[in-house]
Amino acid sequence: MEREEVKSIIESLLFVADGPLTLQRIQEVIEGSNREEIRSAVTELQEELERDRHGVRVVEVAGGYQMRTAKSNADSVKKFLGGRPARMSRATLETLAIVAYRQPITKAEIEAIRGVDVDGVISTLLERDLIRAMARKDVPGRPFLYGTTQKFLELFNLKDLTHLPTLKEMEEITLPEPPAEEIPLESTEEC
Amino acid sequence: MSTRVQLEIFEGPLDLLLHLIKKNEVSITDIPIATITEQYLATLEVMQSLNLDVAGEFLVMAATLVHIKSRMLLPAGNDGSEEDEDEGDSREELIRRLLEYQRFKDVAEQLGQREILARDVFIRSGTPTEEVPVPNLREVSVFELLTALRRVLERLPKDNVHEVTLDKITVREKMTLLLDTLRAQPGVLFDSLFATVKTRMEVVVTFLAMLELVKARAIRIFQDELGGPIQIEAAAGMDEAPAVLVTADGEEQHGT
Repeated sequence: MEREEVKSIIESLLFVADGPLTLQRIQEVIEGSNREEIRSAVTELQEELERDRHGVRVVEVAGGYQMRTAKSNADSVKKFLGGRPARMSRATLETLAIVAYRQPITKAEIEAIRGVDVDGVISTLLERDLIRAMARKDVPGRPFLYGTTQKFLELFNLKDLTHLPTLKEMEEITLPEPPAEEIPLESTEEC
Repeated sequence: MSTRVQLEIFEGPLDLLLHLIKKNEVSITDIPIATITEQYLATLEVMQSLNLDVAGEFLVMAATLVHIKSRMLLPAGNDGSEEDEDEGDSREELIRRLLEYQRFKDVAEQLGQREILARDVFIRSGTPTEEVPVPNLREVSVFELLTALRRVLERLPKDNVHEVTLDKITVREKMTLLLDTLRAQPGVLFDSLFATVKTRMEVVVTFLAMLELVKARAIRIFQDELGGPIQIEAAAGMDEAPAVLVTADGEEQHGT
């Protein structure tokens, strides 16, 4: 198959896909293609959209590729969509940051770091599917251990958790991390 | 003499402390406890005078600061006395917590500057959809819910006087479980929620969890007809609506 054709198909697939599309999934659709061919076609598509300042871009996020609007058009898109602009409160960001770097982590452990009650924030994050209960900690009360979800990566435009901004080293203070005893939940669907 | 105090929204006592430390241009590891304590208490007073709800955590921190300060004012005791160590410990512990919190504040800020979905960049399905009312279903009133709850409670075995429930479950956990269930299947019947529930406590906790989720607009409760089976389902657009972020405790939201 011709390269331009492959690229064109990929663009269509990205357009209709509901979530980030993996190279694997694309390869399954385009017969006789190999992974490298797909990867370089996606990269080329990304570059073209960027170069010609298209209104949509292809970004690598949450283990796949997704078509998103260009950031420069954010205001127009928001105006078109109407409604309240999306906001991220500091409470949300801080709590998410703590969960992201310290997962799996309990509510009490998050509260110890933030110095405030996080009940409300946690339930909002659970409702929005940005964090999930991954297991229960084997301590009295068997509290839930929370971790971030695929949705979290998508929200922050992250390829995976290793692409989180680097957490600064603690100056001259080292914190021994006791290994958490975990009991996996029955339904640990991996996303 | 008038003091002008600018009020910001502080996320908590640590946040307020970091703000004061920054304002005084001192370093976290070398806090002038007396000054900071004074300013901290002054801020709390202003918050209280404005009838702002000063959370308990702020008061606990105030006590800690006063404690550290008073220890420091005492003449140095004998070497290695327990009280000296106590002072050093709580001060060190405070510094450690401040440093730790500062790190997460920093990365939280960085996260907030990323290209955030539905704020900076959008996806095709990300269009905020109007909540479409499901036809032929009616909203259930609180009275009907209470009636349903009473039915569940009546069904419980009466003779278990000794209710020893070691495996306590919180409302929050029940909420998580219910959301998980609704993620796995489109809807669930009210009665089936309580099918495996054995104790009054658990019935009540489950019921409260359900109410909390209704309040948070995470689920909706319906029935086909008056007196018909009550159905629970996830609210439409639960995932697609990252826009509105009002937390359950009515915390104020502000942009970044």
